Amino acid sequence: MSYPSYTLKILRGSPGKQYWEEFELPLRTGENVISGLMEIQKNPVNKKGEKVTPVVWEQGCLEEVCGSCSLLVNGYPRQACTALIENYIRETGKRVITLAPFTKFPLIRDLIVDRSRMFENLKKVHAWIDTEGSHETGFGPLIPQAKQEVMYSLSTCMTCGCCLEACPQVNAHSKFIGPAAVSQARLFNAHPTGKMQRHLRLRPLMEKGGISDCGHAQNCVEVCPKQIPLTDSIAAIGRDVTLQALKDLFSFQERD
Amino acid sequence: MAKQRKEVIVVGGGLAGLSAAMRLAENGCKVKIVSVTKVKRSHSVCAQGGINAALNLMGEQDSPFIHAYDTIKGGDFLANQPPILEMCMSAPGIIQMMDRFGCPFNRTPSGHLDVRRFGGTLYHRTVFCGASTGQQLLYTLDEQVRRHEVKGHVEKFENHEFLRLILDGDGRARGIIMMNLFNHKLEILRGDAVVVATGGPGLIFKKSTNSTFCTGAANARLYMQGMRYANGEFIQIHPSAIPGQDKLRLISESVRGEGGRIWVMGNASKSILAPNGQTIPCGETGKPWYFLEEMYPGYGNLVSRDVGAREILRVCELGLGVEGQMMVYLDATQLSEEQKHKLEAVLDIYEKFTGDNPRKVPMKIFPAVHYSMGGAWVDWPASDSSDRHQRFRQMTNLPGCFNCGESDYQYHGANRLGANSLLSCIFSGLVVGEEAPRYLDGLSSYGMSLPSSLFDEALQVEEEFKNSLLTRSGPENVYKLHEELSDVMVRNVTVKRNNQDLAKTIDTIKELRDRYQNISLDDKGMFANQTLQFAHQFGSMLELALVITKGALLRNEFRGSHFKPEFPERDDKHWLKTTLATYAPDEPQISYEPVDIRHLDPEKRDYTVAKKMKPTLKNIPERVELPL
Repeated sequence: MSYPSYTLKILRGSPGKQYWEEFELPLRTGENVISGLMEIQKNPVNKKGEKVTPVVWEQGCLEEVCGSCSLLVNGYPRQACTALIENYIRETGKRVITLAPFTKFPLIRDLIVDRSRMFENLKKVHAWIDTEGSHETGFGPLIPQAKQEVMYSLSTCMTCGCCLEACPQVNAHSKFIGPAAVSQARLFNAHPTGKMQRHLRLRPLMEKGGISDCGHAQNCVEVCPKQIPLTDSIAAIGRDVTLQALKDLFSFQERD
Repeated sequence: MAKQRKEVIVVGGGLAGLSAAMRLAENGCKVKIVSVTKVKRSHSVCAQGGINAALNLMGEQDSPFIHAYDTIKGGDFLANQPPILEMCMSAPGIIQMMDRFGCPFNRTPSGHLDVRRFGGTLYHRTVFCGASTGQQLLYTLDEQVRRHEVKGHVEKFENHEFLRLILDGDGRARGIIMMNLFNHKLEILRGDAVVVATGGPGLIFKKSTNSTFCTGAANARLYMQGMRYANGEFIQIHPSAIPGQDKLRLISESVRGEGGRIWVMGNASKSILAPNGQTIPCGETGKPWYFLEEMYPGYGNLVSRDVGAREILRVCELGLGVEGQMMVYLDATQLSEEQKHKLEAVLDIYEKFTGDNPRKVPMKIFPAVHYSMGGAWVDWPASDSSDRHQRFRQMTNLPGCFNCGESDYQYHGANRLGANSLLSCIFSGLVVGEEAPRYLDGLSSYGMSLPSSLFDEALQVEEEFKNSLLTRSGPENVYKLHEELSDVMVRNVTVKRNNQDLAKTIDTIKELRDRYQNISLDDKGMFANQTLQFAHQFGSMLELALVITKGALLRNEFRGSHFKPEFPERDDKHWLKTTLATYAPDEPQISYEPVDIRHLDPEKRDYTVAKKMKPTLKNIPERVELPL
C-alpha cells in the first residue's frame, strides 16, 4: 500500500557538531512525530538515499503524561507524541516539519537533552510534604474541593521543560530557576501540612535566580502542555516571598 | 559480626520500586535506585482511573473481605489467596498514607475523599485523582523518595539499565551489572539484596497501552539466569483503547465507571449467543445496541475486563463494528458536566489524538494489550504458617532477589480488576521494604567482603555480549524483527487463542531467535545508541514471548483472560494450578504448583446478576501483621 509522503527535517548530532538531515516518510492515518521517528529506526535512510544512523530521542508513555518526549516542533516547545503530522500539514500548508532538541539544556545527542537541572530544582524548593513517615496512621487534613482542583492542576506538571525552554529569562547568562519549580513551591505551600514548612520553599526563591528574575513574558503559560496556571503561581509566590521577607526581618525566632 | 550498612538495589522507579525504596530507607537501608528513565517518568503515570480500597465511604457496608472476594473472583480463582487478603486489608491504610503525603485525591463537598465505581465490583471503592491517578500517586512517592535522597538515604542511577544479577557461590544475589545509557559503559553495582520492580512486558506486543519502557527485559534476563516466571500466559486485554500508529492509548475504565456506555448500531437480522444460554437478536436495526448492558444486566458496562474485551471482539466479528471495522462506540456524551469534568484528562487525550470531541460525539475504541497478570514467581509464607519467619515474602527463587509490582505474578490471578494494580504495586513494594531488611539481618556475610573476581566475571560476560551485538553483521534489522514478533503475538496470543496457531507461534519465535543472530546494528557508536539498547533487550524479550506462548499452548481451558474456544470451560480439576516456567535454551520447561485457596472455594464467575452479598472467607489468621 502506498501512502502520500511528508518530510521530517531534523537537527541532529552532538554538542558542537549539529547538522540538519531530512527524511521522507509515509503519511499513514493518525501519524504523529513519534511514529515518524519509529519509521526511521526501521529504515534509517535519509532523503538523499544515504544509509545513516537512526535518530535518537526520548519517549515514554506517548500519551502526554510522562514528560519524556519534549522537543521543538517547527520551533515550538511541546511533546512530540501529541504532534499530529496531518494537523501540521493542514495548518502550515507545508509537508516539511522541523524537529530540534531543546536549547536551554545541555545537549546529549540528536533530540535528547539533559533536564536533570529541573529535578535538582525540586530539591531546592523543598518540593514535598514533610511527614514522620509511612508508619503513621490516619487520613491527611480535609481539603475543600476548590483547593483540590487547584492542587491537582499544579500537580500535573510533568517536569517536561517546555516552560523553561520558552522563557527568555532562562538562558546561559541567568540563574533563573524557571516557572516549573516556582509552581511546585506553590503546590506544597497550598497543602495544610505543607504550609508549615512554607518558609523552606520561599527562602530559596528570594535568592539570586529566584522569583525576582521572572521577566513576566508569559511565554511559560502559553506553551505549558497541561495548561498549568504558571503565571498565577509566579504572582502568588511573588506575594508570599515578600511577606516571608518581612516576617524574616521582624521575627528573629523563626529563623533557622 | 559487625553491623554492616544495609545496601539494597532497587531496579525500577515506578510505584512499586519507589514504595519499596521509601520503606527501605525508613528501615535504615542505603538504597540505590536504578532506572532506565527519570523515575518520575515511569509507566505508573499511565494509570488513569483510580486505586481500590474498601474504606466504606458510601454507607454500603463495604469491607476489605468483600474487596478480597471480588479480587479472587475477578482473577478466576487462579491467584493464591493469602497475599490478596492482606493486600485488601492494607488498602485503607495505603490510601491514608498517600493522603497524608499530599496526593491530590478528588474530594466530596465536605472535603473528604471522593470514590467512584469500577469494573468487577458493585461497590464504590475506587479513590481517584481526576483521570490521572497513577501519575499523581507516582509523583507523591517520587516526592517522598526525593526527601530521602536529600537526606542521603537514597541514591539514584537514572538512565541506567539492569543487565545481569550477580550471584555468589551459594546462588545469592550480591549486586547487578548495569549499562549507562548515555555512554554504554557497563558498571558493577554492589548490594546484598536486589529488588526488581520493572513493570510489565507489553512491548513484546509492540502496540499496547504500555509505555515504551515496558519491554519486560529485566524480568526476561533474570528468567534466563534461572528465575522462575509464573502464569506468563495471562495477559490482560483492556476493552477500551484508541487505535494508533505508535501505540494504543488507554481510555480509562473510569469513563464507564462514571456512566459511559458501550454500543454499536443494532442489526436485528443477526443474532448472538448470550451468556444465559439464549440466542438473542443483535438489538434493533438502526438503533444503538448496548450489548454489555443487555447481556450482563447485573454489571452492565462494568463487567470484568476479560469479559468486556471478548464481547467487543465477538460483536465486531459479527460485522457490527463501527463502519464495519474492529471498533465500537464508547459514549460519554450523555454524562453530566460534573462527570465530564472528572474525566477531563482522559477526554482531552482522546480529543488530542483523534481530533473528535468526546463530549459531543461517541469515542471509537477497541481492546488492546494492557497488563501482565503473570510475572516473577515470588514466595508468600502466610501469616499463620509455621515457617513464616524462615521464608521471605516477595522473594524469587533466587535468594536475595525480590520482585514486586506488575513484574511479579502474585495478586491478580487470571484477570486483574481495574484499580487494583496501583494498590498491588504500593502494597508489594511496602512488603519488600519490610522483608528485604529481615533477609539482610540473617546474612552471615556481606558483599563488601566478597572477592572482586566474582563481580568482574559477571562484568566480563556482559562485555562480551555487548561486543557480540556490535559486531554482528547479518542482513536483519532488529526493529523489523520486533514488528514481526508483535504481529504474530497480537494475532495469536491475545483475546482468543487456539492450539494450532499457538504451536505455529512458538516456531515463529524460534525462527526470529535464529534471525536475531543475523542482525546488524545501524548504529555502532558508543553514545546514546538506542539501537544497541533495544537489540540487547530484544534477545531476552523473545525468550519471554516463548514463556507466554508455551504457557498458553499447554493450558487447555478457559480461565480469565485466557480464552480458548476449543476448551470453553474453566477446568478446576486439571488446571487450577500455577504455571511455572524455567529457562532452557530451546524452549521453557513448564511445571505447575497448586493454588492456595484456603480462604474461598472456587465458584462460578458470574457477572450477569448483581447481588450484593456478604462473602464468608474461611481460615482468616488470628494475627496478621500488615505493613501499615
